[in-house]
Amino acid sequence: MNYLSTLYPAYAEIFLLVMACVILIADLLVENQRKTVTYVLVQLTLLVLFLTTYHYHQTEPAHLFHNMFVGDQMSDALKMFSYIAVSMVLVYTRSYMLVRGLFTGEFMVLTLFALLGMMVMISASHFMSMYVGLEIMSLSLYAMVALQRDSATATEAAMKYFILGALASGLLLYGMSMLYGATGTLEVKAVADAIKGGVANSNLVVFGLVFIVAGLAFKLGAVPFHMWVPDVYQGAPTAIVMMIGSAPKLAAFAFVMRLLVESMQPLAAHWSAMLAIMAILSMAIGNISAISQVNIKRMLAYSSIAHIGFFLLGVLSGTVEGYGAAMFYIVIYALMTLGAFGMITLLSHEGYEADSLDSFKGLNQRSPWLAFMMLLLMFSMAGVPPTAGFYAKFSVLEQIVKTGHVEMAIAAVMLSLIGAFYYLRIVKLMYFDVPESHEPIRMPAESGLLISLNGLAVLALGILPGWLMAACSVVVQKSLLLQ
Amino acid sequence: MNLETILFYLLSLMTLFSAGKVITSRNPVHAALYLVLAFFSTAGIWMLLEAEFLALTLVLVYVGAVMVLFLFVVMMLDINFEQLRQGFWRWFPFAAVLGAILAVEMIEVLGNAQLPAATAQAAPHAANYSNTKELGRLIYTDYVYVFELAAVLLLVAMVAAIALTLRHRQGTKKQDQSEQVRVRRNDRVRLVKIAASGKVAATEIKQG
Repeated sequence: MNYLSTLYPAYAEIFLLVMACVILIADLLVENQRKTVTYVLVQLTLLVLFLTTYHYHQTEPAHLFHNMFVGDQMSDALKMFSYIAVSMVLVYTRSYMLVRGLFTGEFMVLTLFALLGMMVMISASHFMSMYVGLEIMSLSLYAMVALQRDSATATEAAMKYFILGALASGLLLYGMSMLYGATGTLEVKAVADAIKGGVANSNLVVFGLVFIVAGLAFKLGAVPFHMWVPDVYQGAPTAIVMMIGSAPKLAAFAFVMRLLVESMQPLAAHWSAMLAIMAILSMAIGNISAISQVNIKRMLAYSSIAHIGFFLLGVLSGTVEGYGAAMFYIVIYALMTLGAFGMITLLSHEGYEADSLDSFKGLNQRSPWLAFMMLLLMFSMAGVPPTAGFYAKFSVLEQIVKTGHVEMAIAAVMLSLIGAFYYLRIVKLMYFDVPESHEPIRMPAESGLLISLNGLAVLALGILPGWLMAACSVVVQKSLLLQ
Repeated sequence: MNLETILFYLLSLMTLFSAGKVITSRNPVHAALYLVLAFFSTAGIWMLLEAEFLALTLVLVYVGAVMVLFLFVVMMLDINFEQLRQGFWRWFPFAAVLGAILAVEMIEVLGNAQLPAATAQAAPHAANYSNTKELGRLIYTDYVYVFELAAVLLLVAMVAAIALTLRHRQGTKKQDQSEQVRVRRNDRVRLVKIAASGKVAATEIKQG
């Protein structure tokens, strides 16, 4: 067997890297201002990636490159969700970016590189590959936020995102170096063995753990490390926010699983206590601050903080079912975020940004179907049955109650009730208020089709969540090397 | 206490001092120069660890190239650092309290830790042991995956830097040699038929 054929779990990454470089060069030859050729190439790349990952999917965890890379069911599933998310981002944002002159080859290439970073993060089984993957993703995202150079708010958002992101990377690295000092290795499995075997100095490990959790919380945008989230969401172009808010959260889930769960399972008591504080604070501050926002992007930023809090509840339950519920939650969250930001890009047109709550006034009179889709998305975010958001919240709560954290479940439900107010306010604005303009909504056919699929998927997954939930628990169970 | 330990503490103190000066000195040029000093003392610590190649690279690359570039930028951009510092003292008490709490907590955790005394001495290397060769071997075998990814990271940085700074502005007076060479007569010269009568000629010129 030659060397190349042993690399088949990483074929998707290799193909993506090659295609990103090819598209980077091919784009130079595309004269067309609409960049149709580049766009089609990118979408085809994503399709082939999906098929590759599907074809070479792993049943048992396979380690490659001296244990730096792991291919397992969880990574395959998360990668496939990421391809879908990135592909949806590009479909939604094409016309939005085109009229703003931002639909450039660099935008698409940076998107692909960000995806590559996410895939490396998802498949990392070594702290070093985790970190490099994180940096590839973050660097691409920083640049994408700053792409709209003439906008002062976008530049400010990029600056904040970059500085705080660099700080978070520093914290994460410092924590990893402490773990290296304590255990003498950077490999996820070996770190777990060293901690379990009592070889590692426990004080030093916990010391490193604190920094790692802080760094992760920065990247996830959990309170008290959430300050950058509202400013970045409000300042960056909506298309880029859609990217930041969806697929990277899937990669962050894998990151949390590998760092906290796989390598530091014996310290679960320590990190779950930290996550518990962050989860409750995130849900409280996220939901309460969102109420007073008039900018919908800022409101969705606070809502993302609250959702991350809910997601952390699933992680801190400390059981495989809990991790499965957390994965289900994050997948549904990514789907809802794509839909909500997709709606903002559809309502925006040249010279007009539909980012205030007022732009949703009377949407029902202008387009009943779009209003209905937004209603489904908002219901799902609020957790109203029979949408997917309800089932996601329900399964996390079920797991958290099972592990005996009843008080946290009660707090989560109360805070979600507060949160329901601002989601339902949008529904009220759409159905019971008078529209500010009666201008018909013009949108490309493919975006209209996608938003319909997106809204209906949220409804369908709420009615029939069983298969996705089962898939999430199975892949987590098969992938985590828990004893 | 042998010479190595004394040197280690000396270099560490120097690193800490210069790092502190980087963020406290008022003049940005001084701050950049203190950063150079910090790099030098860190390179010294690497020397003590027998990582000669890394120590030299740090001096060559960071001190020789990166910091010089940095100094140029600091000198060329006329940044008003006093203005940037506004509000520093207003938030200082808050930051100081937070920093103090963090420091106390770190001392609490690490002060109680029974860190193993560094008794084990690393085995001395053979006389013909090459630091550089070993580093190269590791990079291209065990760490080839992250090494390649680091290259991707640099590519991303390059694409991002070009996407953010390259701008084809209209109306700039820059020369494009290839366009100058490729120019044809028809692009520059226009033959105008001018009638013999003065009146018509005047209107033609006005239009032209």
